[in-house]
Amino acid sequence: MVRSPFAALVRRDTRLALRLGGGGAVGIAFFVLAVVLIPLGVGRETATLARIAGGVLWVAALLAALLSLDRLFQADYEDGSLDQLMLAPMPLEQVVLAKTIAHWLTTGLPMTLIAPVLGAMLQLPDTALPALVLAMAAGTPALSFIGAIGAAITVGVRRGGLLLSILVLPLYIPTLVFGARVVEHALLGLSTAGVMGLLGGLTLFAAALSPFASALALRINAR
Amino acid sequence: MELVLENLACRRAGRIVFRGLDFRLAAGEAASLRGPNGVGKSTLLRVLAGLIPAAEGDARLGGISLARSRGAFQERVAYAGHLDAVKPALGVAENLAIWAGLHAADPSRVGAALERFGIAHIAGHPAAQCSAGQKRRLGLARLMVMDRPLWLLDEPTVSLDAAASALVAELVREHCAGGGMALIATHIDLGLGGGPVLGMAPFAEAAETGGADPFLEGAW
Repeated sequence: MVRSPFAALVRRDTRLALRLGGGGAVGIAFFVLAVVLIPLGVGRETATLARIAGGVLWVAALLAALLSLDRLFQADYEDGSLDQLMLAPMPLEQVVLAKTIAHWLTTGLPMTLIAPVLGAMLQLPDTALPALVLAMAAGTPALSFIGAIGAAITVGVRRGGLLLSILVLPLYIPTLVFGARVVEHALLGLSTAGVMGLLGGLTLFAAALSPFASALALRINAR
Repeated sequence: MELVLENLACRRAGRIVFRGLDFRLAAGEAASLRGPNGVGKSTLLRVLAGLIPAAEGDARLGGISLARSRGAFQERVAYAGHLDAVKPALGVAENLAIWAGLHAADPSRVGAALERFGIAHIAGHPAAQCSAGQKRRLGLARLMVMDRPLWLLDEPTVSLDAAASALVAELVREHCAGGGMALIATHIDLGLGGGPVLGMAPFAEAAETGGADPFLEGAW
């Protein structure tokens, strides 16, 4: 095991998210439940379900990611841990990056792994499932990175979860559009490379921007 | 190494909290920070921890300027504020071990610190079961795994019993004997015996407006 402050922080946040009340398991359960409800509401018609499957999975993923985001920095802000993290022997940008990675490990990654099962349940043909998993793997990190900026801005706001949703959901639109489009292209037998490239590029852009923007927002809020 | 405050000022939301603060703390000294409630003691400690930007002036720690190289300054500072930064979902020893990991400290220090603060017997308990005093002890035990020359302590003895308060004084003395420094905001006499005192008085022109937009100014 690597003994660096960065790895220690990733391990800490992952462990906290998996503990009772940490929100990791709740987010995944929400993701599964939201998707399972769709066939019950829409009906079992195979063609309809398969057509909306990509969109449904992505909308559910956005909402599930949001659920645990409001505690990403707020829990540490409220109990004084954030002050201590600012004194840790690494830049605040790295602290933010470690916490965001831990968020993805406990939300985006499990959602990616469980997505093919849910996709099959939504009558997605087997041929579209690899594209779905790839799209989730490439796109869900953006949810954590963009969400971290919103979480940092609203860290001092009591019950800031709603404000956070309003702030972050519009920024999730490109990821939602490209993510769902990848699944649609795979379903229609078209090439997914172009859309997948856009999806991945979006994630890289968010990853490059997020640590700096989030750290700045946290510094301003720490005053 | 010494801590030098030069003409230090802090402004919050356009209101001046303190201004023109000069102070010097030599290696091996523990200073008490005194003043009535609301005078800005906690704010000063947070400024020195690099958590709030100074509006004017500078603090230097062994030649490192807070204004110019905040990161390097912060890596020489340990701060213990009103909040203990204890995670109730984790165990007592687990809480401290995490901070040892974050500071790349020797894991054996965790046990020693818990022993010293008299909470080794509850090392395996969830921190949620700790009393306020035990949480405070756990928070202060972090100082022992952090290995920083300057300790900034904000009312460290709150919710501690007499024995634990004496222990805090003892630790500060040991820290100073090893060449460390401490700045301690406190209303009780810790029994540190004749260190320098930094007295703060209410700032008279509290109503003076800052002029600049408090949100945008100094957005570091």
